[in-house]
Amino acid sequence: MSEIVLSATNLSKHFIGKQSVIGKIRGKEPLSVPAVDGVDLSMPAGSTIGLVGESGCGKSTLGRTLVGLYPSSGGSLSLFDRQIGNDRSLEERRAVQMIFQDPYSSLNPRMKVRDMLEEILLFHKLADKESVQKRCVELMELVGLPVTALQAYPRQFSGGQRQRIGIARALALEPKILIADEAVSALDVSVQASIVNLLQDLKRDLGLTMLFISHNIAIVRQVSDRIAVMYLGRIVEEGLTSEVFNNPQHPYTKLLLGSVPKMTPGSKLGAAPQGELPTIQARYEGCRFQSRCPIAKSACATTDPALIQIGSKDHQAACINL
Amino acid sequence: MRTQRFGGKGIVKRLNFSANTALYSGIIIIGLLAIIAIAAPLLSHYDPIGQDLENTLIAPTRHHLLGTDQLGRDVLTRIMYGARIDLTIGILAVVFPFILGTTLGLISGWRGGLFDTLVMRIVDTTIAFPFYVMAIALVFVVGAGPKAIILAISLVGWVAYCRIVRAAVLVAKELDYVHAAKLSGLPTSRILRKHVLPNVITQAIIFSMSDIVLSILAIVSLGYLGLGVPIPTAEWGSMIQEGQAYILQQWWIPTIPGVMVVITGFGLSLIGDGLVKRLNK
Repeated sequence: MSEIVLSATNLSKHFIGKQSVIGKIRGKEPLSVPAVDGVDLSMPAGSTIGLVGESGCGKSTLGRTLVGLYPSSGGSLSLFDRQIGNDRSLEERRAVQMIFQDPYSSLNPRMKVRDMLEEILLFHKLADKESVQKRCVELMELVGLPVTALQAYPRQFSGGQRQRIGIARALALEPKILIADEAVSALDVSVQASIVNLLQDLKRDLGLTMLFISHNIAIVRQVSDRIAVMYLGRIVEEGLTSEVFNNPQHPYTKLLLGSVPKMTPGSKLGAAPQGELPTIQARYEGCRFQSRCPIAKSACATTDPALIQIGSKDHQAACINL
Repeated sequence: MRTQRFGGKGIVKRLNFSANTALYSGIIIIGLLAIIAIAAPLLSHYDPIGQDLENTLIAPTRHHLLGTDQLGRDVLTRIMYGARIDLTIGILAVVFPFILGTTLGLISGWRGGLFDTLVMRIVDTTIAFPFYVMAIALVFVVGAGPKAIILAISLVGWVAYCRIVRAAVLVAKELDYVHAAKLSGLPTSRILRKHVLPNVITQAIIFSMSDIVLSILAIVSLGYLGLGVPIPTAEWGSMIQEGQAYILQQWWIPTIPGVMVVITGFGLSLIGDGLVKRLNK
């Protein structure tokens, strides 16, 4: 297996609620929401990992913690085998960059595209005064925008073009790892395809490693080498895309994949999940999927399952019934 | 009185002006007033405070277009010189609170925590006092005069800017372009200056236009109450106050300065409303 560029070990991010003065005096514990709760994830160099899961399972929080936007509240992160903390050096920041979901709020409306790019290029000394112009032009060509776009403000572009600008901004820092947080879900379907293709081309040409966060299973299947399935802050199944799709192990993955409509006549959707999504709480007793799991046993109420190897293949899942 | 500007329709809507018409007519009105103020010594050969006790309270004539007051001073000349005082103090009394309020609001909204709590409680306390009570008290402490007026209005007026900017910062700091700036490792001062400030300041600029109207109104009111620029300096507020005794016979003496206040306010409101449309585009 190739080198691991970014890996998370038991990574967690808990959002702590604000506490009233009275609550503090009474010694009540503040509300804590474990959006990411003990995630193990390794990203091999040059791969694309698709991160899927339902709304609210912590996909975006995981992405933002990996990129350093949120400080982690536990566990560790390593970049090229070096531990990185919550205070990253410029070098470490540069290595991991992000593409945002909303192409409208992700660009400063009062900055021309050129100013946006020049600012970070000069700040990181990736270009000097003479070469910065050339580099901006290169970046525009890289993301398939005309050079004249440099002189324009973000409001003069469409959603797809804005997303390309966002990609150019991320690429300006010459990152090794790109985290695409629902990068295409706000776009029209026809534009989605062009952005997905662009990302795939860039990844191949620049040798990037990518985490592709999405709830759109079809797109994830197309772009990813590996799939990670997330449920309530945990990764419950992870492996090669073909393995996970053709041979899903975890009951949640089966439900998730079963809920995707198929393009063959006569096919039916899988059974709708039974049971309730548990409320988010600071700690879970046993397996967090047990309330909706079709194969839950009494042991599931007490054992918190860890990821285990499935057969001899590059595939792992967290369920005690396997 | 400080809340009036938030409700109701803007002048642009009521008059059915286009934003540009409003902006340009406002600029023309205020520009003319500014020219009159600056060029006052060239436009009139009368002394604004020189008395001519043989020609008191005369009706408008060819020599005195707006007549003279009880001390024989040319009313038109005093109006022109008064514009100098009122416009200058009005603008200064907005510039200082603008800078102070914007800076504090920016830091307060960005940092949150104890600093924010502290600043916001000071803001609440200031707002709790009626504006004129606070301003008059401050003028009493410092002593009447232009400096005291500017200080009083600044110390009371910054809270509005602080609240406006803070609220806008709270929104802006959760937007992805600010996140992106953080991700690229830019220092906080740079993020605030180049990514947050340009996007939050428009509201404060728009507000400042209506605030100038109010600060001119405050100067005139303080002048009327005898707490403004000391007499005999020509100033619209004290002109109204001195002239009110003659309102039945020589109505133009107190009325014209009042009309000037209205025209100034109208011009600035037009600019403000025009800017709202322009900057929010």
